[in-house]
Amino acid sequence: MTSQLRPAFFMLLIFTLITGALYPLAVTGIAQVLFPSQANGSLMMVDGKAVGSELIGQQFDDPSYFWGRPSAAGYNAAASSGSNYGPLNPALIDSIQTRIDALKAADPDNTLPIPVDLVTASGSGLDPHISVAAALYQAHRVAAARGLSEAEVTSLVEKNTEGRQFGFLGEPRVNVLMLNLALDSTQ
Amino acid sequence: MNLYSWVQIIFYLVVLLALAKPLGSFMAKVYQGERTFLDHVLGPVERFIYRLSGVKPEEDMNWKTYAMAVMLFNALGLLTVYVLQRLQAVLPLNPQGLGAITPDSSWNTAVSFASNTNWQGYGGETTMSYLTQMFGMTVQNFVSAATGMAVLVALIRGIVRTPPSSPHFQKSKIGGQRGIGNFWLDLTRTTLYILLPLSLVVSLALVSQGVVQTFSPYKTVALLQPTTDANGNIVAEQVLAVGPAASQIAIKQLGTNGGGFFNVNSAHPFENSTPFSNFLEMLSILLIPAALCYAFGKMVGDTRQGWTILITMTIIFVAFMSLAIWAEQSGNPSFTSMGVDQAQTNINPGGNMEGKEMRFGVANSALWATATTAASNGSVNSMHDSFMPLGGLVPLFMIQLGEIIFGGAGSGLYGMLAFVIVAVFISGLMVGRTPEYLGKKIEAYEMKMASIMLLIPILLAKVGTAIAVVTVAGLATIWNTGGPHGFSEVLYAFSSAANNNGSAFAGLGANNPFYNTALGICMFFARYWLIVPALAIAGSLVQKKKVPASGGTLPTHTPLFIAWLIGVIMIVGALSFIPALALGPIVEHLMVFGS
Repeated sequence: MTSQLRPAFFMLLIFTLITGALYPLAVTGIAQVLFPSQANGSLMMVDGKAVGSELIGQQFDDPSYFWGRPSAAGYNAAASSGSNYGPLNPALIDSIQTRIDALKAADPDNTLPIPVDLVTASGSGLDPHISVAAALYQAHRVAAARGLSEAEVTSLVEKNTEGRQFGFLGEPRVNVLMLNLALDSTQ
Repeated sequence: MNLYSWVQIIFYLVVLLALAKPLGSFMAKVYQGERTFLDHVLGPVERFIYRLSGVKPEEDMNWKTYAMAVMLFNALGLLTVYVLQRLQAVLPLNPQGLGAITPDSSWNTAVSFASNTNWQGYGGETTMSYLTQMFGMTVQNFVSAATGMAVLVALIRGIVRTPPSSPHFQKSKIGGQRGIGNFWLDLTRTTLYILLPLSLVVSLALVSQGVVQTFSPYKTVALLQPTTDANGNIVAEQVLAVGPAASQIAIKQLGTNGGGFFNVNSAHPFENSTPFSNFLEMLSILLIPAALCYAFGKMVGDTRQGWTILITMTIIFVAFMSLAIWAEQSGNPSFTSMGVDQAQTNINPGGNMEGKEMRFGVANSALWATATTAASNGSVNSMHDSFMPLGGLVPLFMIQLGEIIFGGAGSGLYGMLAFVIVAVFISGLMVGRTPEYLGKKIEAYEMKMASIMLLIPILLAKVGTAIAVVTVAGLATIWNTGGPHGFSEVLYAFSSAANNNGSAFAGLGANNPFYNTALGICMFFARYWLIVPALAIAGSLVQKKKVPASGGTLPTHTPLFIAWLIGVIMIVGALSFIPALALGPIVEHLMVFGS
């Protein structure tokens, strides 16, 4: 046993240095040169000020903005979390009903069916996206709140729709923060 | 399921299986000591490591020495992770000033990462300093995966090598003659030649997609629409947790580790940013386990043997994946009755989106859930706790099968070989002949060891669950209370720990002395009490001469054998866990759809 102690100790030491220090440092060095924006959180800068990350959603509940996925983390990007409600949990059913009520209260005339992603909490609590259907569902409310025509808002949604990556991966989606920034910049 | 779901699934499987052969051939070369294209760069590093640590590369180990080396190395690693967590408050690279971690949580996490489980009772961004993440987590991600792969290779050598008196004896290219290899060589070569190059490529690809990689403190950005928090205070800023994540996530996926940098693991946009990063991470889960099957075939000199096992795994995988996707895409009937639109269209992912991310949708979430539990990965890109009952049953049952469907890096295939031994043994009994596998006789000793490997995880999972559901401490932190789902949370936790998976029905509050201790014990025994019998089988087989195949030999590369092996796996899995599953997801399914 003692003859294996020295290799055990030195192997751990060496691999701590190689995989725990050199490797992350090398990746950081290369990443900061090749992909500086992505490596640092894909921040969006407006007038030199960070107004958010392309990848992290923000909380919206003003009728004049598009709303994102419900968040179990309250969009706290320093403490991500899902709801972890099981499919039969009464709390899940209650919170979905509350969200449906809020959507209907903000837009009583809307008769479109409510897309599922707009009333279910995301996995991370930070999901930056909603489905195209969820954006179109809200176009009527946002247009009314901003005094725009629904066609103008719909065309903004279309402009901010990301297709499936490479044409087939993932789901088509709309980045809520970017869409709302685009909305603000049109007026 | 629409066309896009199918295209993505088929693309995934095709790429995975297409890479198994080239990567498997490369790994076989690495383990057989042959030259590879990386020798120029890594050869000198490798020799330097041996010199410094006093390893004689030509020295071979018997199985007990090999096991002792594994244990010592893992014990030291476990201790290091423990100490790092306890002391992180006074150590550097802690820009957020995170405090020391409690003893019970530190023990749990140390066992968890050393044992390749990567169960997480803590939330990464609120708990671990950058130093702990790098020197603790990232290092163990590498070496625990390398440990599993080393043990597998030792077992393969047990099958391949023969005693010097045998006419089949061949002097091996690495190491000596009688033994099953040298752990230090296997550890070093796995890490240097296989894990590091792959991780480097994957981590940079992940950064290109938006996975963060920085040492800067957390970022602060302005909110477009200020909101009020629960106490009525105005919130105008958002703090974004960042860190050296990509380098850790690459090896977390490739080494079937699964421990997230952030609390929600690969559901977090900074840990898994785009559909392509998701594809890469998902591919990385099963890549090494699949390629090891080919490497196995190559090393035993009959690639059909490797393909047989790979096909067996793929068949079971596809069956369960389809069930999971179907269950999740069908959605939650309670939502439908509330007027929520769950139908899948080109502009609506549909299905049960609770706990799922928009960019992945249902198909990629259910596919990931199946892959991460088929392997002993345990990373998640959606919240399994919020899956429909049958959707959640799939990852739970995949874990309970022992994570042999692809399985962990190394551990999956040595677990599968235990099933193979049981399968040939039972078939041998049926026809009344001494069973053999790849020319080695399977006798009582091998059968006992293989049975231990099968039974220990089952025992730990069921006894652990039973204790938890009759104790106050075990029941206290169930999240979805008052029904079968709460039982599923506990069953999932112990199944996950007892099979070194690490995923969870994460509502269960597991960061408390009861669960930290109990699950830590499960993870510890599930890992090391399987490694020892696996090595014991290797030590026994290596002493046996090859028996020439005869008319009574059961061929182990035929469709018949695949069907037989699937049967044995499913029967063992079903008999062990169906009663427990009936109390959890199955009765919950009846409650959801029966009323």
